Amino acid sequence: MDPLPDPSGHFGRYGGRFVPEALIAALDELERAYQQARGEPGFTAVLDRLLASYVGRPTPLSDAPRLSEHAGGARLLLKREDLAHTGSHKLNNALGQALLAQSMGKTRIIAETGAGQHGVATATACAALGLECRVYMGEVDTARQALNVARMRMLGAEVVPVGTGSRTLKDAINEAMRDWVTNVADTHYVIGSVMGPHPFPMMVRDFQRVIGVEARRQVLERVGRLPDAVVACVGGGSNAIGMFHPFLPDEGVRLVGYEAAGEGVDTGRHAATMSGGRPGVLHGMRSYLLQDEDGQTVETHSISAGLDYPGVGPEHAWLRDTGRVSYRPVTDDEAMRAMALTSRTEGIIPAIETAHALHGALVLGRELGPEAVIAVSFSGRGDKDMDTAARYFELLDGPP
Amino acid sequence: MSGLAETFAAAAQEQRGVLIGYLPAGYPTHETCVSALTAMVRSGVDVVEVGLPYSDPLMDGPTIQRAVDASLAGGTRIADVLRTVESVAATGAATLVMSYWNPIEQYGARRFAADLAAAGGVGVITPDLTPEEGGEWLAATAEHGLDPVFLVAPSSTDARIAQIAGIGRGFIYAASTMGVTGTRDRVSGSAPQLVARVRTVTKTPVAVGLGVGSAAQAAEVAGYADGVIVGSAFVRRLLDSAGAEPETGVRAVAELAAELAGGVRQRRPRPV
Repeated sequence: MDPLPDPSGHFGRYGGRFVPEALIAALDELERAYQQARGEPGFTAVLDRLLASYVGRPTPLSDAPRLSEHAGGARLLLKREDLAHTGSHKLNNALGQALLAQSMGKTRIIAETGAGQHGVATATACAALGLECRVYMGEVDTARQALNVARMRMLGAEVVPVGTGSRTLKDAINEAMRDWVTNVADTHYVIGSVMGPHPFPMMVRDFQRVIGVEARRQVLERVGRLPDAVVACVGGGSNAIGMFHPFLPDEGVRLVGYEAAGEGVDTGRHAATMSGGRPGVLHGMRSYLLQDEDGQTVETHSISAGLDYPGVGPEHAWLRDTGRVSYRPVTDDEAMRAMALTSRTEGIIPAIETAHALHGALVLGRELGPEAVIAVSFSGRGDKDMDTAARYFELLDGPP
Repeated sequence: MSGLAETFAAAAQEQRGVLIGYLPAGYPTHETCVSALTAMVRSGVDVVEVGLPYSDPLMDGPTIQRAVDASLAGGTRIADVLRTVESVAATGAATLVMSYWNPIEQYGARRFAADLAAAGGVGVITPDLTPEEGGEWLAATAEHGLDPVFLVAPSSTDARIAQIAGIGRGFIYAASTMGVTGTRDRVSGSAPQLVARVRTVTKTPVAVGLGVGSAAQAAEVAGYADGVIVGSAFVRRLLDSAGAEPETGVRAVAELAAELAGGVRQRRPRPV
């Protein structure tokens, strides 16, 4: 099979470019610059050096013996992206794109962020490379992820709260797109997930593939064989695609993505794009979307800001339709239970996003039995979620 | 009822620019929107662009975003947009829909083209549909005799302008500037050059949008383009009259239309 996307940026019927004409030249320029950089040993060498000495790669693969007891005895192996600099997998992509933007002569970087992890990663990369940085973030998210707003500002980035539409990630993306179309001459838009118009889904995937490449090698070294299953949470889907992609040719390895089912897919208050949506066009791409009959994007809900998005990367839509990856919903409550269990059995506090994958791994382990080996993309740490967790579990003393 | 070709040809005969006016359907209400659009036509707007309100209008600035959000919150559906088109087309003015792609795709491209043609619409502007993705749409519009209008931008390459001019019908929408909708103090200096580039590859009329809001600007643009597109300035008049009687907003829209209609008949040379 030919590699995807095809030359016009499609994964089957998904992906493509649905953007104002004013952005086409910039997307073409970006695609050319990216292809050129990828072929240059110099660019790859600089990025690899930064990934090792600055991001802290390779990240470890941790055994999780006490948590595994709750997974029917299946052996869970955690790919520890939470131990990468800034506390999640997001810096793999932000650094790669910032480096590329610098090589293209762009001096100004913009980004969108939901939970704030991508915003922090982009602010970090910009600080390290000396680039101007502005991050768009929905007002709902600036409130529930205030710590990350402070981190971004500490790093010298300008954070712009977005008060239009549903005031969450999708509106932050709209505002970033508007900025980009206006300032495209000197500005690069660092999209934070495997979404948006071509070449972003391909480029972000390639920058995140390092997760799966390392994990595959580490599992082989540790266990002496490939895992039975590889799992990850899916919002836009960047940690998942990075984790899954190197395993796609391994037909015996089951791949499962976990979406945010919020209060339940049948309640209407969820962000489970592939369980509850249908194909459409949003943010420059064709993919699965949560939308009404008229194609209006509907408001989503997840306790995790990073998964609270009505779309998903187009390659995931393709992998779903081909059946190579299955996608399952995980509710807020299931994720929060997995968050608590992982914290208490392994001494690792996961991000709520990651906790969706952990719940999935616990259920899948019981299905597959004690001989099974499951590699989990441990996409981020939970420090940013302590406010939410404290409220959910009533962890703090004193009057409310 | 007249089509776009006839409208542009008639204006060319009169040695003036075509005035194209936009409002989003359903804002502030269905009835007031229809009143405002028909008042526009009475006051000199030649072509009406009915906006299909969309939840994620990423080519629109804050003015149109506010109106569109309010229209959607008021419950505007695609059927209401088609009803608006029907009322406006009944005035005899060439009536277009401006829509982001997803609502059309979800409604069904063929079904949308059929229903729009039945309502008396003559074409559709699709700001986020590129020629590469437009195959099904071109077939649907051709089948129902609608003009598909595509955008060119200052950043478009010559090859791309030729490609877009090759498939666009009715007129070519030249985005005057790199950016989103909204009035600006000056219409971008890159617009005349862009219009000239389009003219080298097609005889299809060229209309300029983004940033035009006054009679003087309309006159300036009519000096080098076949049509002048005004959106945010009309929406602004309605937003500013929010809370007042509906007639106040309608009157403000009509006054602006009359000013602009005077502008496109002056064809002022561009300030140097």
